[in-house]
Amino acid sequence: MARYIVTRIVYMVITLFIIASITFFLMKLMPGTPLSAADRLPEAQQQIVLEQYGLDKPVPLQYVDYMLGLVQGDLGVSFQFDNRDVSSILENRIGPSLQLGIQSLIIGSFLGAILGLIAAIFHNGILDFSSTLLAVIGTSIPSFIFAGLLQYYLGVQWQVLPVATWGTFAHTIMPTIALLIFPMAICARFMRTEMLEVLNKDYIMTARAKGVKWSSVILKHGLRNALIPLITVLGPLAVSLLTGTLVIEQIFAVPGIGEQFVTAVTTNDYPMIMGTTLFFSFLFVLIILIIDILYGIIDPRIRLDGGK
Amino acid sequence: MSNETILEVKNLSVSFKTANGEVQAVRDISFSVGKGETLAIVGESGSGKSVTTKALMGLLPAPKGYIKNGNILYGDEDFAKLSDKQMTKYRGKDFAMIFQDPMTSLNPTMKVGTQVMEGLRMHRGMNKEEAKTEAVRLLELVRIPDAKARMDQYPHQFSGGMRQRVVIAIALACDPKVLIADEPTTALDVTIQAQILDIMKDIQEEFETSIIFITHDLGVVANVADRVAVMYAGKIVEIGAVDELFYNPKHPYTWGLLGSMPTVDQREEELFAIPGTPPDLLHPPKGDAFAPRNRYALKIDYEEQPPMFQVSETHYAATWLLHENSPDVQPPASVQQRIEEMDGKWEAGQ
Repeated sequence: MARYIVTRIVYMVITLFIIASITFFLMKLMPGTPLSAADRLPEAQQQIVLEQYGLDKPVPLQYVDYMLGLVQGDLGVSFQFDNRDVSSILENRIGPSLQLGIQSLIIGSFLGAILGLIAAIFHNGILDFSSTLLAVIGTSIPSFIFAGLLQYYLGVQWQVLPVATWGTFAHTIMPTIALLIFPMAICARFMRTEMLEVLNKDYIMTARAKGVKWSSVILKHGLRNALIPLITVLGPLAVSLLTGTLVIEQIFAVPGIGEQFVTAVTTNDYPMIMGTTLFFSFLFVLIILIIDILYGIIDPRIRLDGGK
Repeated sequence: MSNETILEVKNLSVSFKTANGEVQAVRDISFSVGKGETLAIVGESGSGKSVTTKALMGLLPAPKGYIKNGNILYGDEDFAKLSDKQMTKYRGKDFAMIFQDPMTSLNPTMKVGTQVMEGLRMHRGMNKEEAKTEAVRLLELVRIPDAKARMDQYPHQFSGGMRQRVVIAIALACDPKVLIADEPTTALDVTIQAQILDIMKDIQEEFETSIIFITHDLGVVANVADRVAVMYAGKIVEIGAVDELFYNPKHPYTWGLLGSMPTVDQREEELFAIPGTPPDLLHPPKGDAFAPRNRYALKIDYEEQPPMFQVSETHYAATWLLHENSPDVQPPASVQQRIEEMDGKWEAGQ
């Protein structure tokens, strides 16, 4: 297991290196310069500023400089925030984004799994149809619509929750709900399909022939087997949440990474773009690793040591 | 073997609701099983043999499959009348089942030991430690080497034959009175088949378990059964002691089954096959369902279903050929020859 994780971490580093390289050159292809907002500066001064940030060098050289800094853990300084370290800006902004992401992923997948389970147990009944309907609504309506509805009703009309901004736990409720609907709907659909399939398996018949109660058949024999495919979708779901936060953070004025990212892109804040991209990528490969480890725990047929 | 009847099935009919209408999978069958006796039910795919066993266990796929009529009498209870919940008391305890495909009949995410212990803890009220000891004993009983270490392994770490032993151990956990084996050896290779059959025979001798053995392999039937029921299109067409069925078969379908059994001596000849296909049980025929495939069919076979004619005290067959007014028809020469061959082998084997 330990060997497996070490190998995976090496691959993670390679992946991140490739992502950093591609992003760097793509970013340089973007139109405009960080100075585009300050076009009125005399040429000579522009030159001084570019030199100061190393932007006057040829792009490959800039790449080497950036990568050398990166391996030393230096993400550079932000252009737009008075030369503050990118890493310190990210640090300040990780909290809200992570909290929203984790809250909505955990609650969403948990609720979704329960909904799907209920739908499977009462297959073709009224509960099944209502949970399917809910799932369809959840997958087809984008999160920002829910965000707007929530703000209008909970925030403005009934005034039970703060409309936007960040501060107390109450501030996190609405963005979390808006974010969790999609993963919840996806999980519900998956859980229902998987559970129905599992309940048709031979080993369910064996368990029933043993005299196991129907409820125990579902919980002890069905659930674990139905969860295996569900874990597969958690990875892509976590990623969709990362991108989902970009929009939701804007709507609720949450001072998170997503909001920061959007500003960085529009102002050509190169180190900030790189830093945020790398952070998102790191989160993504980490989630994939966690999911693979979870697989090994839930499904005994998957051996993480790669066999002996 | 005593004459005490342990299970009696009377006029059992099982149907399935489908989009096209009612499929009558089992149509009015009756049979009984004595204590310590092995009843083999043979027939081709779709003859209703598996459905019969599922009905006995109360494991018909609800709500599509249901018992339409009849009784399944065990002790004072009629299983045909019990709810799914009431049946859980008997399932695994009085009636246990061995399934066809050991590769899929064990839960892949649960330790083998836990799967064996489950029944022990439920029906025999054992605590974890007692159940563990008992489970090891059961695994040893079905001759799994190194049973103690195997308890903590998962099904994918077992071979097919070993898995089937585990399935048998699970079935035996609560000393069932009736063991229903639904083609337990079909998915196994021949050497493993023999071992599994041996284990089942030994267990039957030791515990006086009654066994209902579903198979389409007549070789296995000759090996394990005391009595045989032949099913065709949801009905029992012939039932009798194993010798009676093999040496004095009366129903043309049984002739066909015996004739289509491949033997080692038969090198050059083409293998006999019963022509045609079984009827669609969505619309069962009015007369004898086998008539269109039966070259000895009489006119009445198309009009009216034959009743069970008694051949001997234990031997019954549902064919109009046994009616006193019917012409005297003997089994085809090839089948007679086959019977003589078997007779020779049987005696040589005894």
